[in-house]
Amino acid sequence: MQTTLRPKRSPSRMETAFEVAVSVFLWVFRIVLVVIVVVGSFMTISSGKFSLETWVDLVVNGAVQGGIYALVALGYTMVYGIMRMINFAHGEIFMIGIFSGYFAAVILDDLGLLNGNLFTSIFSFALMLIIAATVSTLVALAVERVAYRPLRNSPRLVLFISAIGASFFLQYTVSGLVGPGIFRYPSIEILDEKIGLPILSALNLSWLDVVVIGSALAMMAALYMFVMRSKIGTAIRAVSEDKQTAALMGIDVNRAIVTTFAVGAAMAGAAGVLYGLVWGQVQFFTGFIPGIKAFTAAVLGGIGNIPGAMVGGFVLGEAESVGALLIIDGLGVPSPSQLKDVIAFTILVAVLMFRPQGILGERLSRSRA
Amino acid sequence: MTATSETQTLNRDLSAWKQVLIVGLLFGGLALYVTLVGIVGTFEDLDIIEKVITLGQAILLLTAIGAGYVAAGRAPDGAINAILGSAIAGFMAGAALSLLILIGPVIDLRDFLPNASPQLYDLIAGIDILGIEDAKWKGQTFPVSFWFPAVVGIGLGALGGLLTLLPRHARVLIILGVGALVFMGLFAGILRSPMLQNGATADVARELFASNGLRIPGVVLILGIVIMVYLVHVLLRPAQRYRALPRKTQRHPAVVIPAGAFFLLVVLMLPLGFTGFIPSVIALIALFALMGLGLNITLGLAGLLDLGFVAFFAVGAYTVGLLTSTGEFGIAQWPFWLAIPFAILVAMAFGAFLGLPILGIRGDYLAIATLGFGEIIAILARSDLLKGVIGGPRGILDIPKPIEVPPGDPLSGPNQIYYISLVFIVIIAFVAYRLRESRLGRAWVAMREDEDVAEALGINLVQTKTLAYMLGAAFAGLGGAVFAALFGSIIASSININVSILVVTVIIIGGSGSIPGVVLGAVFIIGLPELFRESVAEYRFLLYGIALILVMRWRPEGLMPSKVGRQELHQEDLPMEGEGGAPPGESGAATPDAPAASTSGEA
Repeated sequence: MQTTLRPKRSPSRMETAFEVAVSVFLWVFRIVLVVIVVVGSFMTISSGKFSLETWVDLVVNGAVQGGIYALVALGYTMVYGIMRMINFAHGEIFMIGIFSGYFAAVILDDLGLLNGNLFTSIFSFALMLIIAATVSTLVALAVERVAYRPLRNSPRLVLFISAIGASFFLQYTVSGLVGPGIFRYPSIEILDEKIGLPILSALNLSWLDVVVIGSALAMMAALYMFVMRSKIGTAIRAVSEDKQTAALMGIDVNRAIVTTFAVGAAMAGAAGVLYGLVWGQVQFFTGFIPGIKAFTAAVLGGIGNIPGAMVGGFVLGEAESVGALLIIDGLGVPSPSQLKDVIAFTILVAVLMFRPQGILGERLSRSRA
Repeated sequence: MTATSETQTLNRDLSAWKQVLIVGLLFGGLALYVTLVGIVGTFEDLDIIEKVITLGQAILLLTAIGAGYVAAGRAPDGAINAILGSAIAGFMAGAALSLLILIGPVIDLRDFLPNASPQLYDLIAGIDILGIEDAKWKGQTFPVSFWFPAVVGIGLGALGGLLTLLPRHARVLIILGVGALVFMGLFAGILRSPMLQNGATADVARELFASNGLRIPGVVLILGIVIMVYLVHVLLRPAQRYRALPRKTQRHPAVVIPAGAFFLLVVLMLPLGFTGFIPSVIALIALFALMGLGLNITLGLAGLLDLGFVAFFAVGAYTVGLLTSTGEFGIAQWPFWLAIPFAILVAMAFGAFLGLPILGIRGDYLAIATLGFGEIIAILARSDLLKGVIGGPRGILDIPKPIEVPPGDPLSGPNQIYYISLVFIVIIAFVAYRLRESRLGRAWVAMREDEDVAEALGINLVQTKTLAYMLGAAFAGLGGAVFAALFGSIIASSININVSILVVTVIIIGGSGSIPGVVLGAVFIIGLPELFRESVAEYRFLLYGIALILVMRWRPEGLMPSKVGRQELHQEDLPMEGEGGAPPGESGAATPDAPAASTSGEA
């Protein structure tokens, strides 16, 4: 981090009327947000409309969704950390992971492996993860090579617009290749069964929930170890801190950047399989909105910060899942689940406004203007 | 010659051949891509030259020729090597398709890739050209002519290589001629229909153009025109020694005034010369030029990338809808002209309301935050929450036309929208032009260049940004209002992210900050795909994506930039923001990955 030139605002400086108006407005905005949250929650809870089981279900769903967001958010946060760019096409990399998993699943299903027996199902699941991660990684590396690397020294907006272009290119390439329809994900039946263990039965968990949360956590732990312990992980962190000094220390900057893209894409690809299994369908623009939400998760946790992305993912998942019912339903809004996405985007805006450094991160979004 | 220098030459040749193979592989991938993504199959319906060649075939042929052309430049020195290299690359490009044909009967790819259809196999195996009628694809038949694309690829690749060996003028002429043929072939049908209306031109039109593609006389004529124009261009070019002199920018009024008057006349008469769906395309182009000019203030002048344009567009559209609609949700039944100022004001108020909280954030974050706003508004538009007010997914119907005229009047239908947009374009262009030279405009430019320095110079960032954002929002609202009037209704599904992306693309491709650039961008981005509605519609966003990447890579200032924009974006050796902001002197030389990036960029 270099120091910014921006002068510290001294309290003695006279504030103009406009600045006063702005800060009043922002305070009103904060208060309204808090009032909405508190009133909505209070009304919902006091109405007693929903049973404890509903809330438990929602929390579990939120954790499942959050694990997927967290995995995708890792890609955003790592690429941001090392290149200071928002990889707008990352949601599409995720979508390609969903599709690769889908095709792998269809073939495995045809071969009778997907739902053969316990062993073949586990094998199929692992194979789907590996295939999706591989395909996503290859695509991400191609995108990096074609759309980002030549622009590495360009102004930030140029790079960002190129990323938007890459995003649309990938979406409509997939639409052209496989068709624009909705594809139904084959399900792995043993995963849909509920867990019958006496302690866990209150949580009403299915094996799928456990597998999704568990594999998300395992992948995050592996990634964390990779970044903190391995040599190339250290190089990635060094380049994130200071590219030029890292290069002077003999670190291959290019290799660190490419590895970052590859690792982020592998996480997103694997997350795609989990998403497909949870939601059961996929279409060519499926990745777009979850991509933006995962970015929200990265910002929420503190962009550039790996544990932050994980925390942000889970917090966002819970906020969406529980918040939709807890806050919006209490306000008497018809069909609150329609407004689920509004929560995520409001969180994004609110975090950028009031705590741009996120839960755990540095204050990157306002510095380096 | 010593042994070592021989080894060096050998090594160099080897690496050159390796490059040729890589080119072949890449173009093979490209051939597979255009085939499987469906571009070739879809564009089979568009003839370039009637019954001779379709656009789909032309794309495949050009891929192989391109492989040869590129490979010839990579091959070791010498004409023989160039031809050999280009033939190899052309062969590889074709062989990729041969492989596809061979795989076809073994694995039915259609489960995953619906474009890998029998018709496509027939096409790339050249069944019709070879006349092997009984070999028509039945799904099981062995592909007798699987060798066809590979063999044709050799010839076409060599052709591409030959092209590089031709003298410069001949090469440029051939490329221009092919380009003109493809372009005119696509427009033949569109040019033909208005010409048929008129007795004098009808015969000419029938002679030159088919309803789909060119006729042979048309081809000859176009090639003739290209050669003539090129010759005139070359002959009239000032001699080498004069070319370095500064261009005379002041044009003579005797030329400017008639040319300007003619241009004005064309612009004013444009939609009257066409029938069918073309006037509505023209109206749509004008509408997007209008919106592009509005966003241009935010993006081009102030440098704020706003991906939430659709939010204000929606506000404007729904305001006009509510105020003027004679249907279910109308509240006032006002005339359009009375509603317009309100639409603009409400959109501006939304701009301030949404802008104030987030304008402190940096560029790309701002883009994502505005994208979030756009999505929030789109979700609200189709939600049950506001269904009672703005109609939910079905939206607001029965929005009256701004000017009520009897049918058949020149102002009926989309034409009046065209003229209304034209008036607003002039107003916005004037506002933008005046603003650019004003104190505020200079503050925007300063802020776009460097926020910290701008703030140090006493510019209030939030205030300046808010003004830019509000103005952009106002014009977005205006665009939405005109949009509502154009279609006579607003349905919630037309409020989506694509509107924002389209407008941003119009500006970026056209040239951000430049008024003619935005108009040009609207013609390219909105006009061209709309003209080929059915066939191109599926691929327009694909093409936009490619266009955005290419423009960012080679011409980040856009096709027709303002003078300033061009200078700003071509200071390659200055350090850029993302690099940590070291002083220019230090990092210009020391940026570690700059050499690596630039060499790999050329590869």
